[in-house]
Amino acid sequence: MARETNRHFKFDWITILLFFFLVGFGWLNILSASHTGSSLNYFDISQPFGKQIIFISISIILIILLLAIDAKFYERFASVIYLISMLSLVGLFIFGKNVNGATSWYSFGSFTIQPSEFAKFATALAVAKFVSDLNTNLNTFKDQIKVFAIIITPAILVLLQNDTGSTIVYGAFFFVLYREGLPKHYLNIGVSLILIAILSLKFGAIITSIIAILVALGFHFLSKKKTRIHYTVLVLIAAIAVSFSIKLFYNNILQPHQKDRISLWLRLEKDPIKLHKMKKTFAYNLNESEKAIGSGGLTGKGFMQGTRTTGKFVPEQHTDYIFSTVGEEWGFLGSSMVVIAFVLLLLRILHLAELQKSQFSRIYGYSVAAIIFIHFLINIGMVMGLIPTIGIPLPMFSFGGSGLLSFTFLIFIFVKLDSNRINEW
Amino acid sequence: MRQFLLFISIIVVGLIFISRLFYLQVYNSEAHSLFDDNAIRKVYDYPERGFVYDRNGKLLVANQPSYDVMVIPREVEPLDTLEFCALLKINKDQFIDKYNKARHYSPRLPSVFVSHLSKEDYAVLQEKMRKFHGFYIQKRSLRSYETNIGANVLGDLGEVNNRTIEKHPYYKMGDLIGKQGIEASYENTLRGVKGIKFIQKDRFNRNIGPYKNGEYDTIPEPGKDITITIDETLQAYGEILMKNKRGGVIAIEPATGEILAMVAAPTYDPNLLVGRDRSKNFTKLYNDSIAKPLFNRSLQGVYEPGSPFKLMNALIGLQEGVISPSDIVTCYRGYHYGNRFMKCHCAYGTRNNLVAGIQHSCNAYFATVYRKILDRNGNASEGIDAWSHHAKSFGLGEFLNNDLYVGQKGRIPDREYYKFAYPKTFYSTYTISNAIGQGEVATTPIQLANMAAAIANRGHYFTPHIIKHIENETLPDQFTKPKHTSIDKAHFEPVIEGMLQVYRRGTAASLQVKDIDICGKTGTVENFTVVDSVKMQLTDHSIFLAFAPKDNPKIAISVFVENGYWGSRYAGKIASLMIEKYIKGYITRTDLEDFVLKHSLEDEYEKPYSGKPFSINRGAVYQVVDDKEYASLKEKVKKLENANKLED
Repeated sequence: MARETNRHFKFDWITILLFFFLVGFGWLNILSASHTGSSLNYFDISQPFGKQIIFISISIILIILLLAIDAKFYERFASVIYLISMLSLVGLFIFGKNVNGATSWYSFGSFTIQPSEFAKFATALAVAKFVSDLNTNLNTFKDQIKVFAIIITPAILVLLQNDTGSTIVYGAFFFVLYREGLPKHYLNIGVSLILIAILSLKFGAIITSIIAILVALGFHFLSKKKTRIHYTVLVLIAAIAVSFSIKLFYNNILQPHQKDRISLWLRLEKDPIKLHKMKKTFAYNLNESEKAIGSGGLTGKGFMQGTRTTGKFVPEQHTDYIFSTVGEEWGFLGSSMVVIAFVLLLLRILHLAELQKSQFSRIYGYSVAAIIFIHFLINIGMVMGLIPTIGIPLPMFSFGGSGLLSFTFLIFIFVKLDSNRINEW
Repeated sequence: MRQFLLFISIIVVGLIFISRLFYLQVYNSEAHSLFDDNAIRKVYDYPERGFVYDRNGKLLVANQPSYDVMVIPREVEPLDTLEFCALLKINKDQFIDKYNKARHYSPRLPSVFVSHLSKEDYAVLQEKMRKFHGFYIQKRSLRSYETNIGANVLGDLGEVNNRTIEKHPYYKMGDLIGKQGIEASYENTLRGVKGIKFIQKDRFNRNIGPYKNGEYDTIPEPGKDITITIDETLQAYGEILMKNKRGGVIAIEPATGEILAMVAAPTYDPNLLVGRDRSKNFTKLYNDSIAKPLFNRSLQGVYEPGSPFKLMNALIGLQEGVISPSDIVTCYRGYHYGNRFMKCHCAYGTRNNLVAGIQHSCNAYFATVYRKILDRNGNASEGIDAWSHHAKSFGLGEFLNNDLYVGQKGRIPDREYYKFAYPKTFYSTYTISNAIGQGEVATTPIQLANMAAAIANRGHYFTPHIIKHIENETLPDQFTKPKHTSIDKAHFEPVIEGMLQVYRRGTAASLQVKDIDICGKTGTVENFTVVDSVKMQLTDHSIFLAFAPKDNPKIAISVFVENGYWGSRYAGKIASLMIEKYIKGYITRTDLEDFVLKHSLEDEYEKPYSGKPFSINRGAVYQVVDDKEYASLKEKVKKLENANKLED
């Protein structure tokens, strides 16, 4: 009996408090961004803020369930959960409902479910399960292929449904695999590819090649570790090839709207007429959200007092652009507080993950932190104009049932696993 | 090391986000003002401008509604330009031109697109306005003049310019502001304060309701009505008399300093500067650089005062104790000083005391007085300072600091002034022209009228002002406290006696008005002009200064008629007529009236610009106006009389 009463106090209350703080503050901002008119019924389920109350209630029930289930269940049934999730993604091609060009929804009456949201924690469980297996060695090519397959399958499925944002989220697993011993050259290749792509789009292939040559030679001759010259030359040739072919990729593979977003972000577009057109169309959101945030000043205009929020100047403000409401109404102080809350939550989860005795729990915890981090990075980065426009919600904050429940799954499975670590002896 | 990659990434991203927020919200953020927030539409509610009444309660200026089409270029969407242009009665080029101009001023602030629509055009346009995004109609109130006199007094309204908007953010593009006259000097009183409504917009630029339920909205404060000191009848009569002449007339009530009439000639109908034709008419008036109708000669015209200034020298002489009223100066058809000579009209050997000196306007007498004043201590520099001090105590040589929008200092020279011309030695003879009001002395008509008022009051005056009453306000002390001159009261009587004799037996003997003891002084002043850098002398100015009646004076007046030849030829007649009109309400000296109405000086003004040689003074002939003009002036005078009778 003593063990039973103790159990409640083993949950990590810091994580739980931060979660509820973000959910609660998020709801206030959804309310501000979506209410219309003067009469206000908080439970009006025809309005986003009313629906979100239902989602939060469901989320609380879900939390109780997740914490009640035995911790061993998740590890044992990881593969099954993953399989079900993948099937639900495949099912979209047959039963899916098209919203804004993405076929990523199942529709049940007035409620819709987005299975790609749930695929995130399912994939995290599967990766944790596979990598923690004693027979798995990430240094072998065979196992690398296997783990990539686990990750890439859902990524490709959501990409085929035109949900680019969700696809990028699976990049989060790179952090996990790297932590668990993926060879270093993956990191080098990944970072170099991104750098080369950005540099050659911005400055052209020739300048990028020259930079690549200088860096490679620098490494070759200054590094203490002796590398063979033909290895350096090989890397260089690859780099130059990439820098020349990136334009080809950009022009032929990317869709026009993706090209526009990148060209705006890298300030590639010089034609004022085209720029003006961009500002009227997709960059409109970005422009308005930056303006809304900037107009908040140090302390903000006050809850429900944002003129740009009230005037619905930022489309989709209660979903992906919710952070602009925080910026306008709560100012620098309020929005910094949200950023700090996210950073604290992430660091807390990371810290707990490192404390786990079970490898499964640690890898899962790491995945949770990495997935939330990617959402945080892309969403707030985009709303403030630091990153090209990619549609992705702000965890716990943005309106949306699937998103909220998916993050509830992600975080509370980990809270449960963590609470069990003392029993792991 | 591997476990730190994500850890460090999280912290770095957190820091980047907070710096970016700092940049957007604190460093780069303009102070949040509702006026700069384009999510909030500002709608102004213009109060009605105050009315203007004359001293007898006659309405002079009222309002009429007017409609401007405004544009906010950023919000304009493609429209049927042809239809729009047809509605506004402009062509496509004008449309593009106006649009670009507005865009250049500011894409996000409203500019006037077309101003002053007629009521009919407004009615048609209003129905279709919803089709034209980014355009809206602003109702304003325009002036409506109930009279066609007093343009220089009443002034006019015009659109504010960018410089004013920068200095006074109260004004927005297209607002009207007083440009001249009382519209300018009582702008804040007449204007009131416009109200403002803040309306929350959505991103489609639709109104979605008052911002914060109208918490910050203000209601307009209506402008206050004012009553001015002008007597409409006297003003109108003065303007008729000054027709076809150039110059200024100012009449003041000595007991209060109230300006009864302020005539500047030539003038114009104030209705010309209202409405859509305003800019066209204004340009026309502005470009008349010879007659200068916009130049308020009664306030801005700086003339040598001539003989009326002899009164000042007499007063200073008495105050300084250098003469007594009975002292005699013998005139030998002029005044010898050193080897030079100043001419006079007196017969050879005339013996003048003070009264006779004024009565005959004897140059020799006043040259003697002036020299005595300056040489009193044997030091002409000290003498001229004392002299200058006395003259300035009459409000000469300085701004009057009153409520008129324009003014000039005039000039009363002192020791400082002459230091440049005579750095080493300075004798009273150097500036002997000041004795007869020429040389370096210069005054405006209003200053001279004020001097007449100070003499009439025997030693004090009230700053001449135009405001009689403002709704719920009292006039400032500056207009109700008397200002005392440095001349003792006793010294005024002999001078006033001299002025009375001017009318009884002197230079204005032909201008007497039955039953009114008028005290006056004529003036005739040489003057020059420069045309194409050739200096030439013109026919003398005709100047007159008077007050009446002698005891308990009701009116003090100064009249300047440019190139009118001598004092009683035009200025004296006009002064007598106006005095009679004001005191009696009707005219007995119709002979004087006919003379003034019948004669024009336009030919005289043409002379220097004709390019032909011309003769002045004795060479001036009487120019008679044509019958039509005479009949029309006569008609106006009749109307004025009838209107007056009706009131009685």
